[in-house]
Amino acid sequence: MDRRDSLKSILVGSVAGGMLVTGCSPETKEPEVQQPSEPFAGYGRTEPEKEHDREVAAEIFLNEHELETIAVLCDIILPPTAEIGGAVDAEVPAFIEFIVKDMPYHQMPVRGGLAWLDRHSNALHNLEFKKLTKEQQLAICDTIAYPGKTAPDLMPGERLFTRMRNLTLTGYYTSEIGIKDLGYQGNRPGVWDGVPQDVLDQHGLSYDEEWLSKCVDQSTRMNIAEWDEDGNLIS
Amino acid sequence: MQIIESAKTYDVAIVGSGAGGGMATKILSEAGFDVAVLEAGPFFDPAQDQYRNQLRWPWESPRRGASSDRRSFGDFDAAYGGWNLEGEPFTNARGTDFRWFRSRMLGGRTNHWGRISLRFGPLDFKRKSIDGLGDNWPIGYEDVKPYYDKVDKLIGVFGSRENIPNEPDGFFLPAPKPRLHEMYYINAARKAGVPVIPSRLSILTKRINDQRGSCFYCGQCNRACSAYADFSSGTCLIFPAQRGGGKVELFTEAMVSEVTTDREGKATGVTYVNKLDRKTYHLKAKIVIMAASACSSARILLNSKSSIHQNGLGNSSGMVGRYLHDSTGASRAVFIPQLMDRKIYNEDGVGGMHVYTPWWLNDAKLDFPRGYHIEVWGGMGMPGYGFGFNPNDLNKITGMGEVGGYGDALREDIKRYYGAVVGISGRGESVPQYNNYCEIDNEVVDEWGIPVLKFNYQWTEYEVKQAKHMQDTFEEVLSATGGTLLGDKPGADRQYGLTKPGEIIHEVGTTRMGNNPKTSVTNKYNQLHDCENVFVMDAGPFVSQADKNPTWTILALAWRASDYLVDQVKKRNI
Repeated sequence: MDRRDSLKSILVGSVAGGMLVTGCSPETKEPEVQQPSEPFAGYGRTEPEKEHDREVAAEIFLNEHELETIAVLCDIILPPTAEIGGAVDAEVPAFIEFIVKDMPYHQMPVRGGLAWLDRHSNALHNLEFKKLTKEQQLAICDTIAYPGKTAPDLMPGERLFTRMRNLTLTGYYTSEIGIKDLGYQGNRPGVWDGVPQDVLDQHGLSYDEEWLSKCVDQSTRMNIAEWDEDGNLIS
Repeated sequence: MQIIESAKTYDVAIVGSGAGGGMATKILSEAGFDVAVLEAGPFFDPAQDQYRNQLRWPWESPRRGASSDRRSFGDFDAAYGGWNLEGEPFTNARGTDFRWFRSRMLGGRTNHWGRISLRFGPLDFKRKSIDGLGDNWPIGYEDVKPYYDKVDKLIGVFGSRENIPNEPDGFFLPAPKPRLHEMYYINAARKAGVPVIPSRLSILTKRINDQRGSCFYCGQCNRACSAYADFSSGTCLIFPAQRGGGKVELFTEAMVSEVTTDREGKATGVTYVNKLDRKTYHLKAKIVIMAASACSSARILLNSKSSIHQNGLGNSSGMVGRYLHDSTGASRAVFIPQLMDRKIYNEDGVGGMHVYTPWWLNDAKLDFPRGYHIEVWGGMGMPGYGFGFNPNDLNKITGMGEVGGYGDALREDIKRYYGAVVGISGRGESVPQYNNYCEIDNEVVDEWGIPVLKFNYQWTEYEVKQAKHMQDTFEEVLSATGGTLLGDKPGADRQYGLTKPGEIIHEVGTTRMGNNPKTSVTNKYNQLHDCENVFVMDAGPFVSQADKNPTWTILALAWRASDYLVDQVKKRNI
């Protein structure tokens, strides 16, 4: 599936399909069994929530040109590295396509901002932003990507770029690829037994004995608690 | 529309399935009563996959866990609803900005709460004797202590024995070890002369029976635990009551509108709308227990008017809805450079803080009454919607790169600052006021046709000065970390960052207990002065709320009131 096709697939709401351009696939996921009417796999929703998700998924807001421009910006903001996929690999355009419908306050700033970006590109190069060369695109980004350094008449561009950077990063770091890039280690059953010793050492910290005496001995965590009459734990 | 009568008469109708309703369900069903539990929302059991939020990844939600009108605390939070409930509005009087968090589901707000399980201390029941403000409770710590002990053992709470007079010790499970940012907090607070102790949360660091698992440290108690390793009313009270062979009938999607009474003024049951067929039903019961939350119970009582109870049931004193009060709150955060570029490991821990600061200035001379405790937050949490916004603003402080930009540098910025910000929040005791109250708004009904609540609430100088003290303390403690405080210190123009009333979700006091029927709604056993077969077992009967989260006291008082109820029935007094 090429990018154009995959963007089309977003437009009809099939987010589960492949937005994967460079092949960083979400590996060997069990195929989800979905009701045809449910756009998203179950995630503990109530009936009114399912109904809301169905409605939002069925809506169309951003058009194909806007989504293609967003994909270009996503790849500028977080390109793939040698080790890990970028924002487009992480399906961030599909996330943005959904979120502007789910949070309508994004709609005008995104639509208007993208239109400003094309007007600006047309004024400079007589071409829409997505059709510029990479060098031309980056040259424009350099003028709108640094809050506090933007020329007053380019402020609409700064606003757009800031919003796109925020949505791109949040979409990326809440994706499977992004969590891997970040290195977050939790969201799995485990046993917390304190800060690792090498980290304590690095920070020049240590647990004091008195405090540790109040803490759980994890080797007895499966024992059923018993107390003496004064409330002292005896198991 | 015809009201559909229940075929049988239950011994007890319990309105609400949260902490108080759950405890009443367990105690009364075990005592052999035939119990009906009415819940205004759907069934919920976190062990069943269709309800599960726990251990989900952010990408399982198309909005990546963001909050919405349907779930105020985000897609993965267990509480349905929140600040808004579609079809069930409330109103504020001019000049009032009260927030009301409601969760319609089995177990109510106990499914997502912070599990901070603090006992009120001896001083907390008798604050008027100390500062002359508000009222004393008609009971003292010694009356409630045996029930706190029983709640500790039944439900489980970790903590540590500290011998602090107004922070009574209980039957604790052992505490989890502090996380890295919590160790920074401990050291900073100690430098500032502020004590820190292990927190006290109703999470099982050891098993307490063979029906519930022990904590597996995912840090997601707010999502409701599939192993039942934390407290929620459904998993720890109502399901065990059902399993125990008691007569417990659950009525979900049952929106109670009023308590019905006979010609003598005695309760005969409740009427409710079944949300699924929109028809009105009457459930007959010999005893009614209100446990719908302080404000919802007040609403139902005020809507229960009859020739005998002309101002609403239990309201001959005019006190139903009065003395509504919430905790105070204020926060501040610090960026700690030593926490940059952290080594990443799993520090999810339990759901919530491992350490906290109990109120430490009972003996100090201050310009405000009552006190507050301090909660700590931070760490390398799981990203959700909003993570990565303004990814490198902290470069302004460190000078380690541009602010804004694009490309690989953003990845470095994200990782550099991940887990480097620590925040603290105060949660304090307000002084209950006659003029802070909820009442029926006769001009607005909800979609079930039931008149809604209107709130009237202003903070007083007491709470504002307390918030100022919090900010001064936060500044001192956070500065002692050696880090850079974030944001401006809120001043008088912003009431020192004081939260809006209702925002801390500790609203209590609307049916306060007392010995005098002219100034209180229930007696010291949560029983209406005006109607002996109606009890209120949520936080409505609280005379004052201490700086302690209300749940543990709701549970203890509901158990105590249920024991009293059983005894009164045996003696044929009800």
